[in-house]
Amino acid sequence: MAPPADARLQLEAVRLTALYGRRAVVKDVSLLFPAHTVTAVIGPSGCGKSTFLRCLNRMHELSEGGWVTGRVLLDGDDIYADMVDPVQLRRRVGMVFQRPTPFPTMSIYDNVAAGLRVNGHRCPADVDAAVERALKRAALWDEVKDRLRRSALALSGGQQQRLCIARALAPEPEVLLLDEPTASLDPAGTQRIEELCHELKTNYTIVIVTHNLQQAARVSDYTAFFYLSDLVEVGRTEVLFTTPTQERTEAYITGRFG
Amino acid sequence: MNARRVRRRVVNGMMTGLVGVLSFLAVLALVLILGNLVVKGGSSLDWNFFVKNPVPAGESGGGVANAIVGTGIIVGLACLIGLPVGIGAGLYLAEFGSGRLGWIVRFVADVLNGTPSIVVGIFAWTWLVKPMGHFSALAGSVALAILMVPMLARTTEEMVRLVPHSLREAALALGYPRWRTSLRIVARTALAGIVTSSLVGVARIAGGLVLLLAVAARSAIRQGPPHGAAR
Ligand SMILES: Nc1ncnc2c1ncn2[C@@H]1O[C@H](COP(=O)(O)OP(=O)(O)OP(=O)(O)O)[C@@H](O)[C@H]1O
Ligand SMILES: [Mg+2]
Repeated sequence: MAPPADARLQLEAVRLTALYGRRAVVKDVSLLFPAHTVTAVIGPSGCGKSTFLRCLNRMHELSEGGWVTGRVLLDGDDIYADMVDPVQLRRRVGMVFQRPTPFPTMSIYDNVAAGLRVNGHRCPADVDAAVERALKRAALWDEVKDRLRRSALALSGGQQQRLCIARALAPEPEVLLLDEPTASLDPAGTQRIEELCHELKTNYTIVIVTHNLQQAARVSDYTAFFYLSDLVEVGRTEVLFTTPTQERTEAYITGRFG
Repeated sequence: MNARRVRRRVVNGMMTGLVGVLSFLAVLALVLILGNLVVKGGSSLDWNFFVKNPVPAGESGGGVANAIVGTGIIVGLACLIGLPVGIGAGLYLAEFGSGRLGWIVRFVADVLNGTPSIVVGIFAWTWLVKPMGHFSALAGSVALAILMVPMLARTTEEMVRLVPHSLREAALALGYPRWRTSLRIVARTALAGIVTSSLVGVARIAGGLVLLLAVAARSAIRQGPPHGAAR
């Protein structure tokens, strides 16, 4: 698949507010994710990064009391519009969660193939190829190629996380949301995932939440800094890290709080 | 320092011993009952016991073949009706039962759970035996299924609730529709628990066959509703 030249795959949040019951945990955020870029979302724990990410594929509304105001535009169309089927949308916007969540009753192979099968891909040869490619991209293939039929629970925590990354990659979503994907990985696995981000942005648009500022600097084109439910500042990564305009951003990236 | 270690060890030994003795006592009763059963009754257990029908009281020989087959048919039929309904209701309660309808279903299940089985027996007698004009295995099975469903629904609900929420979200984020998430991911993860509760449910109704005196057994009660008869 050749990377499209236009602004397809572009994702944009417009005045997005996410609430749990009456409490807003993301307030009035407008943020553009240009196509074929990696955007890092940084900020102290509890500032609403995960919640914001979950609004981008309509997962937030599944939480107890979770609801949203504002709009999110994917390829120009509001994903919160009435005729949008959230199930179809989530196949276009893949997600990797903060904690590994392999399906315990499925084998390693079936875990990776799950998203393909639910999309209607049934031809065994195609599925085989897609599973292998996804596992290779997630840097897990060499470790599991001899035991694809074994339970996914027999993997270590870091391997499970890479399995979840492979599972999200297999159906080839257009946008990939990564919520601290490397929190449980060793340096080699982390590096592999960062390389993967570079590799994938020719075809996808990527949003990555991270607590690791070096990682944000390494992988992202744009960085957004959240603080206490607000989007404080967003800009090109090299600009934001060297000459932040907001005092709070500077304090955070120089390690003075958070 | 040392005294404390000795003390700790002594207390540990005493507690371990105490627990051991208590477990032994608990098991002892069971062993005695089973042992007595095997010793006294083992001699009359032979092939005939299983394949022959009973003979009139006082004569020797005969067996309980009809009772075994009857139990099999009635319980089997009850499972056929009760398992899908009970498990389905449990899955519904756990996955979609947060609204008003869920509250009602849960309430009804709890009331049914606390209903004495004889009431269910009378219900089946009134609505099945009387209109059909005769006792039947079907009526018995329906009565047993009614006993089974509420219990199964509530235990299945508990088992399904144990499945972590993050697993549901992982499936939904992959683009699984809600119902497929429930069946393919959640129910399968809870399968072991659901099977266990089904077995407990079957065991309970197999034990509850007493109420069939009211519905299926011809010889026990011939006339009238079983008000005073059973129990
Ligand atoms: N299910 C929920 N119900 C109610 N409040 C919630 C729920 N989940 C999160 N919150 C609240 O929303 C706020 C934002 O949470 P969120 O998980 O988005 O933070 P985060 O920025 O991802 O933090 P971290 O870096 O620790 O992952 C927190 O104050 C949290 O207490
Ligand atoms: Mg988070």
